[in-house]
Amino acid sequence: MAGTNQTGTEYIQHHLTNLTFGNHPEHGWSFAHNAQEAAEMGFMAVHVDSLAWSFGLGALFCLLFSRAAKKATSGVPTGFQNFVELLVEFIDGTVKDSFHGKNVWVAPIALTIFVWVFLMNLMDLVPVDVVPYLLSLAGVHFQKIVPSTDPNVTLGMALTVFVMILYYSLKIKGIGGFAGELALQPFSAKNPVVQALFVPVNLALELVGLLAKPFSLGLRLFGNMYAGEMIFILIAMMYSAGWILGLFGGVLQWGWAVFHILVITLQAFIFMVLTVVYLSMAHEDH
Amino acid sequence: MNINLTLIGQLISFLFFIWFCKKFVWAALIGMMEERQAKIADGLEAADRASRDLELAQEKATDQLKVAKQEAAAIIEQANKRANQIIDEAKEQAVVEGDRLKVAAQAEIDQEVNRAKEELRKKVAVLALQGAEKVLEANIDENANRALVDNLAAQL
Repeated sequence: MAGTNQTGTEYIQHHLTNLTFGNHPEHGWSFAHNAQEAAEMGFMAVHVDSLAWSFGLGALFCLLFSRAAKKATSGVPTGFQNFVELLVEFIDGTVKDSFHGKNVWVAPIALTIFVWVFLMNLMDLVPVDVVPYLLSLAGVHFQKIVPSTDPNVTLGMALTVFVMILYYSLKIKGIGGFAGELALQPFSAKNPVVQALFVPVNLALELVGLLAKPFSLGLRLFGNMYAGEMIFILIAMMYSAGWILGLFGGVLQWGWAVFHILVITLQAFIFMVLTVVYLSMAHEDH
Repeated sequence: MNINLTLIGQLISFLFFIWFCKKFVWAALIGMMEERQAKIADGLEAADRASRDLELAQEKATDQLKVAKQEAAAIIEQANKRANQIIDEAKEQAVVEGDRLKVAAQAEIDQEVNRAKEELRKKVAVLALQGAEKVLEANIDENANRALVDNLAAQL
């Protein structure tokens, strides 16, 4: 535990606070010293830890995979190339199953999402106190190492997906087609007057449906990872409550980590598949 | 848990990673894997072709063997026929030659017989004349005798 004189609430609070750099109304551009200061910074702030870890993991993915791609030969594959090819083939199959349009970007998007989200989720398996404690020795007070427990990160990705949905919807269906899809469904009538009455209802329904896509996508990942992280933190609290409870906590942590291997893979996969499905829907021209 | 600029930062890094993945990872890997697929397909096709070629070659070899056997049989048969023909011809020639010899011998014999007959006739005539001279013991005119003898010889 970072500080032994903390209460449990403080401990949890500490673990759930990002390292925030932003424009504080009183202190100007600076690192937030506590959660309240971070909140006061409003939108003009950056979670340095989330961004650094997520970018670092993304870069790791790019580095590993591009090196594998560069070294790859069409001969007999070995070692890491085997693993990468397995993944690529798996993603390619999944994309081909659920995406029927013609777009060369969808498969790389799916691969990026799957591996990147998986790596971000994987940070959940690092014991919660290790990295924050080491960094606190170096003078960094807050550190959340699982980027996907930050709603900014998950919603940021979901927002990107949303932008892609809008872009491809407009590109494939045109403005008229896309607007028609939003306004003329699900209620339609032959009588133009009745149809005009239906338009606002349809718009209300379809816009909610459209906006629900990115929100559910981002919040699903965030919720799952946040809950998992929370349980790790709660388990970690047992370590300060005597060695019997500490031992029990160790067993619990191991068990939860094993279960979590499933969760992080599944969440990465779900995020990927849903993105592909949403993009597929955006490509469907009626 | 504040929503702030991190959102935009994540959005930008996401787009960057997608671009990077598309350009440096996906294209190369998929291209390479397709290349391998093509390679494997080529290999399989070549193997197919080779086995087909082998089959064809075997068939051809069998055919050629069959043809060669047929030819050999034909040659042997022809040789047999020719041998028979030669024998027949030889036989025929022998028969013809034999006949010819026989005819020649017969002719010679006939000739000899005729000559012998002629000689005998002449000798008989002379003998008869001598006999007649002896019987007559007279000087018969040599010329009249000759006519008589010739006449007699012709009658014999």
